[in-house]
Amino acid sequence: MKAMDAVQKRLLEEVADLHDIPEGAYNLRANGESVGRNTTANIDIQSKTDRSGIDIRIRPGTKHESVHIPVVLSESGLKETVYNDFYIGEDCDVLIVAGCGIDNCGSQDSQHDGVHRFFVGKNAKIRYVEKHYGSGAGSGQRILNPVTEVYQEEGSTVEMEMVQIKGVDSTQRTTLAELKEGAKLIVQERLMTHGTQQAYSVYKVDLKGSGSSADVVSRSVARDQSFQKLDMCIIGNAACSGHTECDSIIMDSGRILAVPSLEANHVDAALVHEAAIGKIAGEQLVKLMTLGLTEAEAEAQIINGFLK
Amino acid sequence: MLELKHLAFAAGDTGKNTEIIRDLSLTIPDNRFIVITGPNGGGKSTLAKLIAGIEKSTAGQIIFNGEDISGKSITERAQMGIGFAFQQPVRFKGLTVLDLLRIAARRQLSVGDACEYLSEVGLCAKDYIHREINASLSGGELKRIEIATILARDIQLALFDEPEAGIDLWSFSNLIRIFENMRNDSGGKTIIVISHQERILSIADEIIVLADGTVQKQGPRDEILPEIIGTNIAVNACHKLDGKEAAE
Repeated sequence: MKAMDAVQKRLLEEVADLHDIPEGAYNLRANGESVGRNTTANIDIQSKTDRSGIDIRIRPGTKHESVHIPVVLSESGLKETVYNDFYIGEDCDVLIVAGCGIDNCGSQDSQHDGVHRFFVGKNAKIRYVEKHYGSGAGSGQRILNPVTEVYQEEGSTVEMEMVQIKGVDSTQRTTLAELKEGAKLIVQERLMTHGTQQAYSVYKVDLKGSGSSADVVSRSVARDQSFQKLDMCIIGNAACSGHTECDSIIMDSGRILAVPSLEANHVDAALVHEAAIGKIAGEQLVKLMTLGLTEAEAEAQIINGFLK
Repeated sequence: MLELKHLAFAAGDTGKNTEIIRDLSLTIPDNRFIVITGPNGGGKSTLAKLIAGIEKSTAGQIIFNGEDISGKSITERAQMGIGFAFQQPVRFKGLTVLDLLRIAARRQLSVGDACEYLSEVGLCAKDYIHREINASLSGGELKRIEIATILARDIQLALFDEPEAGIDLWSFSNLIRIFENMRNDSGGKTIIVISHQERILSIADEIIVLADGTVQKQGPRDEILPEIIGTNIAVNACHKLDGKEAAE
């Protein structure tokens, strides 16, 4: 395994909470190449032969194991598209941690487009954590365009935590999901944009099976002159239940366009959407100031809590 | 010690200001439990907000422990030891009860310490410590958490703006017990409570009656309470009906 430098280690810590090599199965990718991989008796990772990326196969019945597949880019001007496919066997209960950190100190744009597909077996349960982070003072943009596709078999559960808090200049996030009978999808998205950053986040969840359910909740903060578009769509094609929520705070000259949408194609599809955008309530700031915080400290506490 | 000297506050559109506090002077010594009462619209909440810095006086001075704090911000006053419990506590998405208590205490309060404060206000700590301060909490629960944030602070002057508003009878009994404890164990703190409740008035060292933006009466409980119990001082707003409309 190749050694990672300090910048790469810092990025790794930001996106995967890892200080070093994780336990269990992992694949670490740095500057366009794999720098470390470990497989276990139940989790196999193989490089694709036709294009860049890996196949992760998790044996049926695997429980309480984890897979880490973080990506770090510290070389300015690097652009890559990576295809990772997860095949999760029936009755599994596993944690998958992905994420990408870009440090761009140069003048050329750095870009990582990760396409993740999840094939989730019957009654399997996965928790997927994806963090995106950018740093570096260069004029080159840090660009991340993740695509996540989730195909859930009967009775499966997928919990997704998608976080992008800092430093990504441009992002187009697309998440597509199809759920069969009794499958359940829970998404918690946390997004913050600064400066002139732009973030587009699109969700399209297709509830195909009877008794399937989805709960897609996005909390976001747009600061400075940044812009976000949150486009969340749930389609009910069976007796199912779906809920989307876009809850956003705008600050400075930030702008947010929230477009929640529902499509019910079955009389027993129960679908709900909520969307709220506003600035930090003055009374919240005042309350924390009466506890001794400055206005800036109060604002930071409110934002941190909101995005927690 | 808190001294208010010729304090005034006017609000409203330019040219048509309404005087809410007018030429109000008051001295409140340390280590007292003071209840401010009086008719609605008499300026009680505004006075508490002026002391905490949430509203800025248009004239006069506020002297706290010998220092003129009239020009100081909310934060500066809080850091000097002034606490304020809101009549309608604020909700926060994402912030937990423990987060808020830690902010109030200005230190990494242990869960055990936080539990002490919650127990003090009659909440079972394990049920609440990690709850978000959002719409899932009832008015009574929020009120008690609000009081717990005051208990967690190291303060010299605590202001409570109608702590009984919006809470049920059971919570009210608890509230009285909390104030009795605070009164008996004030540790040099001065507590100012804005209230209409006779049971809160009955534990005051001193009662101040505020009406039309100024002090109408001030004195020891035993002197003031008999004067206002059973009088129409708290129903002043109805006086307007006593004349024309009531006669119609």
